[in-house]
Amino acid sequence: MADPMKARATLKGDVAEIRVLMGHPMETGQRKGSDGKPIARHFIQNVTVKVNGKTVVEGEISQAVSRNPVFSFRVKGAKSGDKVEISWLDNKGATNKTETAIA
Amino acid sequence: MRISGCGGALLMALALAAAPAVAQQSQFEKYQKMVAEGSPVELFELVGEDLWKKPQGPNKVSLENCDLGQGPGVLQGAYARLPRYFQDVDRVMDLETRVLHCMTTLQGRSREEATKRLFGNADKPSEMEYLSAYVAGHSRGHPMAPGQSNAKEKASYELGKKLFFVRTGLWDFSCASCHGEEGKRIRMSELPVLYKPEAARPLMATWPAYRVSNSTFKTMQWRINNCFRQMRTPEPVFGSEVVNALNMFLTVTGQGETYRGPGTKR
Repeated sequence: MADPMKARATLKGDVAEIRVLMGHPMETGQRKGSDGKPIARHFIQNVTVKVNGKTVVEGEISQAVSRNPVFSFRVKGAKSGDKVEISWLDNKGATNKTETAIA
Repeated sequence: MRISGCGGALLMALALAAAPAVAQQSQFEKYQKMVAEGSPVELFELVGEDLWKKPQGPNKVSLENCDLGQGPGVLQGAYARLPRYFQDVDRVMDLETRVLHCMTTLQGRSREEATKRLFGNADKPSEMEYLSAYVAGHSRGHPMAPGQSNAKEKASYELGKKLFFVRTGLWDFSCASCHGEEGKRIRMSELPVLYKPEAARPLMATWPAYRVSNSTFKTMQWRINNCFRQMRTPEPVFGSEVVNALNMFLTVTGQGETYRGPGTKR
């Protein structure tokens, strides 16, 4: 089952507030399991936000961000109905994305 | 958070100047608002949806035809009307007890297998926790209206009310030992006087919930079980008449409140 991801985008004037919940373990690699062995690093490295196909945010995050990150972005000049796509890439090469329209 | 310099001193002076009772109340509300903003509750609802629709057990069926009291497969407002009496089992059931019933009857799973891991943890939440989030989410905006017309529903309420005040276990605690006096708290959680409607209403309108201190989703069966553990009273059986009765008592006391959806707690 893919890690769940949910986004919501609302408009205030001409600024869209996009909020995204990303399910991900975000393991730092420092934690030890019950067997005493370190749990392998597993975290999102890149987050990309596109509005109507145009990239507006390209972010690099690290293992400093905790489990199930929540991000919020403000995009100026957005209109109701604009398509928002948020995607991520983690250190294991896995990706996920979600789409929503600006309310 | 460090408060330094004369700006900090001014802030401290203002805080001390405010009436103690008012300042304490807003502290809890501020904290609750802060944690609610980043809540991953919806992630649990999404996974719960997948699990609800997944064919499982020897019968290889999903839970989609589970009757939670409003008819088979009806999820809208179902949680807000629990606990209630179910004719097919001739007893009162709350959400989790009913979901377990659907697992064993619809899906043909054994009680042993279905209850093997009811309470999960941050690394691996349990199936029941995800399902509870999904079902409860469908009652957002509905008024809490547990069953109260049937004789067994009334008996369940009375039993729950009685149990709330019974002192038992190693420390001779009852629910009322912590939840029976105004103005008490445990760390950053106020201890509401739960037999009072004004206290029970906002609380019952936000369970099950994501619990920050556990970094995961917790249910009412877990909450009551954990209270028993904290009171050093033997752990109740999952879905037992005792837990259902306490849940019934609390829900009836909080009835009428609009259910806000799974909440976020300390």
